[in-house]
Amino acid sequence: MLKYYKFPDVKGYFGKYGGKFVPETLISPLMELEEYYKKLKTNISFLKELEKLNTEYSGRPTPLTFASNLTKHYKGGKIYLKREDLCHTGAHKINNAIGQILVAKRMGKDRIIAETGAGQHGVAVATVCAKFRLHCLIFMGEEDVKRQRPNVLRMKMLGAEVIEVTSGTKTLKDAANEAIRDWVSNIENTHYIIGSVVGPHPYPMMVRDFQSIIGIETKKQINKTEGKNPDKIIACVGGGSNAIGIFYPFIEDDVELIGVEAAGKGLEFKENCATLTLGKDGIFHGMRSYLLQNEFGQVEEVYSISAGLDYPGVGPEHSYLKDEKIVSYFSVTDEEALEAAKMLSKAEGIIPALESAHAIAYLEYIMPKTKKDEIIILNLSGRGDKDMETYKNLFV
Amino acid sequence: MSVIKNQIKAINDKGDKALSIFLTSGFPNKKNFTELALNIFNAGADILEIGIPFSDPIADGSVIQKSSQLALKNGINISATFEYVQEIRKFSAKPILLMGYANPILAYGIERFAKDSYYSGVNGLIIPDIPVNEQKVFYKNHFNNLDIISLIAPTTPVNRIEMIDEKSSGFVYCVSINGITGINFDKEINENYLKTIKNTITKNKTLVGFGISSPNDAKKVLPYCDGIIVGSVIIKSLLKEKPPYQKTLNLVSELKNSLIN
Repeated sequence: MLKYYKFPDVKGYFGKYGGKFVPETLISPLMELEEYYKKLKTNISFLKELEKLNTEYSGRPTPLTFASNLTKHYKGGKIYLKREDLCHTGAHKINNAIGQILVAKRMGKDRIIAETGAGQHGVAVATVCAKFRLHCLIFMGEEDVKRQRPNVLRMKMLGAEVIEVTSGTKTLKDAANEAIRDWVSNIENTHYIIGSVVGPHPYPMMVRDFQSIIGIETKKQINKTEGKNPDKIIACVGGGSNAIGIFYPFIEDDVELIGVEAAGKGLEFKENCATLTLGKDGIFHGMRSYLLQNEFGQVEEVYSISAGLDYPGVGPEHSYLKDEKIVSYFSVTDEEALEAAKMLSKAEGIIPALESAHAIAYLEYIMPKTKKDEIIILNLSGRGDKDMETYKNLFV
Repeated sequence: MSVIKNQIKAINDKGDKALSIFLTSGFPNKKNFTELALNIFNAGADILEIGIPFSDPIADGSVIQKSSQLALKNGINISATFEYVQEIRKFSAKPILLMGYANPILAYGIERFAKDSYYSGVNGLIIPDIPVNEQKVFYKNHFNNLDIISLIAPTTPVNRIEMIDEKSSGFVYCVSINGITGINFDKEINENYLKTIKNTITKNKTLVGFGISSPNDAKKVLPYCDGIIVGSVIIKSLLKEKPPYQKTLNLVSELKNSLIN
């Protein structure tokens, strides 16, 4: 058990990971953002506005649901689900979007940009931009625009401009590259809302803080219901924002934390996006962290059936937590995730997002080892409406 | 004193300004890259900056991105780039810089990269995603034989420019406008920024780059710096023609002529 955890350090590092690996043009704006954010962290009116929006707009606190049928099925410990799927826009992504739009507004920025893969973060950003009447540009790879049509339509209906990215692999990583290039070119009036705990400092810290509401609520809820902390917490990891969000408030406690990555079609190069399982130390998108790359340090296309996990990098804090063995990371395949989605839908009447289904799939491995008096909490990061095109083959 | 700084100083002493030309390694043609590089020198380039291709070049515009992708497709990597430098060195002593993103260098091995750079005849290094604050951890003590060229941008405050000048060697790479390479010069260059470059950077020579595509563009910045860096317009021109790339070489000559007093 950890006694004291205080990261990132003043330079924005989690051990050797993190930092600010960006062109010089972005250094001063990042420092300015960091200064602003530090002040806002203890600013009462900011925190009140954030809480009000989380409550009245997003629908927080989200419930902690006892999964009675799932618990019976596994005949082990008690399984609870943290219901981020019930947030406005259907996933935890809104927690970060709300937080950052409030920062951007106070910094006087009137133009917001963001990258998106599956479109969940894009929709969340488009949503808060509509609410706060700010100009919104979403960068999305051409391939993802094709694959995620319903979310493209949602963003457009919300008034956002969706920019199709045709460079590189035409997916999430290239959408992020384009967003960075746009930010460099429009630094005076633009705030970049990064969608996960990735990128240069202070983003991994700031996004973690906004997502920590998940864990803070969970801790209160489970202690109220069960009178104690859980024994295990499970969450899926792409960039890692929902996982950090639920882990972070428990990091100094005696709780086993488990992150589940996407093993895609298997653990061969380019067939998955299990960055912590197979990646190597790298520098990418402004951060030092584990990275899926070839022997020459080139970042190639990665794969997962879930567009939200389909990212070659991972948040630097996860890299640190892995090396320090504070969190354990595993991976499950497309097939296992699909089976898990089917099972949860039938067992609990909840259709999970494909990303969250990866965490559910891990129950197969962990539950047989649990005792009846153990408590397992699973972060159900999003709902599965967006994945029906993929899911339909499971029942027709 | 550094080879690069000496070269720029010699040019400045004549009343002229220096010209650094950017080429993507092994582009457009793997086979005759060495010849192209030498011809670029002969056409008037004082310094050659060779870009190591990377899959995710966040500081670069679409033109250099395209050349990087083509180079990667042709199998160009760091080892191949060192081979080119060795070849060029047989025929020219002019300064050669390598420009590359951090990750391929990290994968190659930082110490190994520093050694191989030195032994193949590289004079300096530009890594746009290693800003000064990260240099200590990244470079360690391995790069004592090479100039580490740092960048400044219009967003860089004066006290930071002073710090960067102190830590940089060879020259300071002054990014002309907030943006990426190949940016259009339609955006007016901030004259105060140019004056700051002239007045603040005292230890090093100053070369201005990003968006300079013609003698006319060069004219706007020349009174404030010791030379210019030109990349995207050269790559764009190379994309359009075949060996012996006469139009591109003419462009280099035109640019150089505009820098001569």
